[in-house]
Amino acid sequence: MLIQLEPRGERSTFWTYGSPLLAIALTLATSAVIFTLLGKSPAIALYTFFIKPLTSPGSLPELLVKASPLVLIGTGLSLGFRANVWNIGAEGQYTMGALAGGGLGLWFYTSTSPFLLPAMIVAGVLGGMAWAAIPAWLRVRFNASEILTSLMLTYVAQLLLLYLVTGPWRDPEGYGFPQSRLFSDAATMPILLEGSRLHLGVALAVVVVLLGWVLLGKSLIGFQLKVVGQAPRAARYAGFSDKGLIWLSLMLGGGLAGAAGLFEVAGPIGQLTPQISPGYGFTAIIVAFLGRLHPVGVLLGGLLLALSYLGGEAAQIDLGLPNAVTGIFQGILLFYLLGADILINYRLRLGSRAAVARDSRPA
Amino acid sequence: MTLSWFVPVFLSMVSASTPLLLAASGELVAEKSGVLNLGIEGMMLVGAIVGFAATVTSGSWMLGILAAGLAGAAMAGIFALLTLILLANQVATGLALAILGTGLSALIGKGFVGMAIKPLPKLDLPILTDVPVIGPILFHQDALVYASFALVAGIGWFLYRTHAGLALRSIGDSHDAAHAIGYPVIAIRFGATLFGGFTSGLAGAYLSLAYTPLWAENMTAGRGWIALALVVFATWRPARLLVGAYLFGGISILQLYVQSLPLAIPSQFLSMLPYLATILVLVIISRDRLRIRLNAPACLGKAFHATG
Repeated sequence: MLIQLEPRGERSTFWTYGSPLLAIALTLATSAVIFTLLGKSPAIALYTFFIKPLTSPGSLPELLVKASPLVLIGTGLSLGFRANVWNIGAEGQYTMGALAGGGLGLWFYTSTSPFLLPAMIVAGVLGGMAWAAIPAWLRVRFNASEILTSLMLTYVAQLLLLYLVTGPWRDPEGYGFPQSRLFSDAATMPILLEGSRLHLGVALAVVVVLLGWVLLGKSLIGFQLKVVGQAPRAARYAGFSDKGLIWLSLMLGGGLAGAAGLFEVAGPIGQLTPQISPGYGFTAIIVAFLGRLHPVGVLLGGLLLALSYLGGEAAQIDLGLPNAVTGIFQGILLFYLLGADILINYRLRLGSRAAVARDSRPA
Repeated sequence: MTLSWFVPVFLSMVSASTPLLLAASGELVAEKSGVLNLGIEGMMLVGAIVGFAATVTSGSWMLGILAAGLAGAAMAGIFALLTLILLANQVATGLALAILGTGLSALIGKGFVGMAIKPLPKLDLPILTDVPVIGPILFHQDALVYASFALVAGIGWFLYRTHAGLALRSIGDSHDAAHAIGYPVIAIRFGATLFGGFTSGLAGAYLSLAYTPLWAENMTAGRGWIALALVVFATWRPARLLVGAYLFGGISILQLYVQSLPLAIPSQFLSMLPYLATILVLVIISRDRLRIRLNAPACLGKAFHATG
């Protein structure tokens, strides 16, 4: 007896949406095993990880706050991934957005102008775009892999952040801690819900999802992105510009990652520190795949992975589980998802090779 | 003697280059068979902690090295299962491997932070070690340094002088044609991927057992990604890998030496050098599209499913 893969001939709509759910179920089962191995009751651990963060008071706004950078970055990445542009340096673009916008806020830290925050947001987007423009240019002009260049630039951006917050941008009254001044009120994201950390960036993330949906579904550019990814040759015959789409993908990804970075430092964090991201730029890659490279899916995927961050914190406090469990959960989820995706294009069959060949012959 | 300053500089260059060379040589074999595994960083991290943990627990560095290699291969096994059997996208799966390896190594390493061990012993070779200058550089090294040289030579011989190597290269260049001749495409790719994982595990072990004999989260600091760039730099030729790895090792050592000088350059800018050098080198090599197309395995990163 063998398991054979048999091509379906056309993509299964059921499994396009079913495979993320299957992957989530398998991930939960695997997590239960891991919790048991770590000596915790799987039921209590799963409850602490995935249910408790949702039921405690004030947790829902916190979930949205954690989800919004993932959704912003994930939306940008998913459009690029469709065109096979692998920008995996979103973490660096996020950092540069935070530096560009945050730097403006620090420069004018005495300002009370209502234009300061909008200017910071623009600077954040431009900062992320500028950082993504380097791999775009190197790919278009010199054929250099954007995978490696964008990732190398992430390390460079993080070192730059470290330099600035330990050097020129360090808070003069901060007792030597490696962090900047706190942003003034005029440089801080407005809070949407009294008593929570729910800020304007969360609403903007939802707007971006809607815009992404329209761009992908209703515009020529969205169509081109899809065709280039699925049928590169057809795209070339149709005269779609490869270079244009590489630029577009990286500018969208970089700009949104930069915005996410600025929203975080000008929102929940309130200053520049070496720890401005728990790896949002990398987790957003998982979010993009989990969301089927579609903005609405990204929204749902972002909420789930935001829950894994909150759950990881809760499990750390309540059960003493190491924070690394969150990363493992995220990695396993992506693995199962990529594996389960085979069901979209293939049918699994039990039986010997000959029997399968006989059965699949047209009657 | 005027050459005396040269020996310690070169020794530190060897130790900076060895992990790159180990990881890149295995990846080169995998890529030659058509498998692009981006997860080197994750496999190295798991290799580093498993090698460290096994050495601490068993007291034997040999067991540690073996365990690290096997752990790297196990990680590569997950990758191979997904991409070769379940036909998942290699780029995405490689990223997943890197993410999982980071988390997994941090979890395993929780109890090992702050522990110190003796670095890998230096193994002397009779007569050769006593040769001035060259002796202490080349023949007073640990097992993994010797292994890295042996690997490059062995891989060069295997790929270009044996029938199995020819089969592997043909699978990388045209899996359909190789399949038609009767070569087991999936089995050979699986083996090449596991081999790549094994050497990545060794590279990790070199970091945690020899380079800095301790465990720290994310201690690979991007070396797995630099190793990927090295394979491109070498245009998939083992001998050029040796040159590339020592070039990069040289840059990171240069950076450390400059940091020790009383210059007004902040250390963070110097730490950027290896990453910037990687980009620069990648650009210089990749701009020659023809050379890349002539040397890169034609089926690199493409899924294969036998029909019929």
